[in-house]
Amino acid sequence: MSQHNAHAADHGDAKSYIIGFVLSVILTAIPFWMVMEGEFSKTTTIWSIVTMALVQIWVHLKYFLHLNFVTEDGKASTISFLFSALIIFMVVGLSVWIIYESNAMMMY
Amino acid sequence: MSTVAADMHHEHEHHENNNVFGFWIYLMTDCLLFASFFATYAVLFMNTAGGVSGKDIFELDFVAVETAALLLSSITFGFAMIAAHKQNKSGTLLWLAVTWVFGVVFIGMEVYEFHHLIVHGNGPQESAFLTAFFSLVGLHGLHVTSGLIWMTIMMIEVLRRGLGDQTVTRLSCLSLFWHFLDIVWICVFTVVYLMGAV
Repeated sequence: MSQHNAHAADHGDAKSYIIGFVLSVILTAIPFWMVMEGEFSKTTTIWSIVTMALVQIWVHLKYFLHLNFVTEDGKASTISFLFSALIIFMVVGLSVWIIYESNAMMMY
Repeated sequence: MSTVAADMHHEHEHHENNNVFGFWIYLMTDCLLFASFFATYAVLFMNTAGGVSGKDIFELDFVAVETAALLLSSITFGFAMIAAHKQNKSGTLLWLAVTWVFGVVFIGMEVYEFHHLIVHGNGPQESAFLTAFFSLVGLHGLHVTSGLIWMTIMMIEVLRRGLGDQTVTRLSCLSLFWHFLDIVWICVFTVVYLMGAV
């Protein structure tokens, strides 16, 4: 039984895909609606859509890609993903920070 | 089942898991490739050289339909994998075909968007913003196109050879690839289209 559960954690079942899909639809519809309506301030909108994108990435990783800390394979995949996320944060986040600062110092 | 047979089965399964994990590691390096394109876009998107900016050219309802097509293709691929693990050949083929159609709709819309931009004088050579835009969205589009070619080959393989262990492993890798592309698209529509249109 435990082996069966571990298997399901790796492949997922129809229920997990449907939960993931419904959550993704909600987390996609809200940011599109916010931007298209344009009723919120720019800061609120940007922070909301970034937050919802991050939540949706988590939803996809959990319900579609079945990343987990339960099975051995799930653990290996999750840790390698977290490591990539750290590198990406450094590549994108720090590059953008450096360039924006140098822009600000040179032009304004 | 004798111990030897059980051991062999376990050994076999371990080998397959290694294949899928190896493919996952490749996807993580692909993530870094996308990350560098995103960094480039974030640095260059304001440099419009007096031409159009994101606000002028992005049509959000169009992008919403593209997003819906890709998201639907993710769940239908999930159903294909469930059918594959149940050894349901016709179900797998049917869901793969549905996924393929959604993928083609997505790529068709993207090609239309690019064509539309180029025809109206907003090709990738016009400004740093447009170069970065075409590179980032085009890189994702090329990945989806490769996924579609791979999916066509997998459908032929399933049709001819059925759902052996090796075929299911290959389908698992393609499934990771496809879901991964959907995650990249979340970043694309958030960073490029939504933030560009705010």
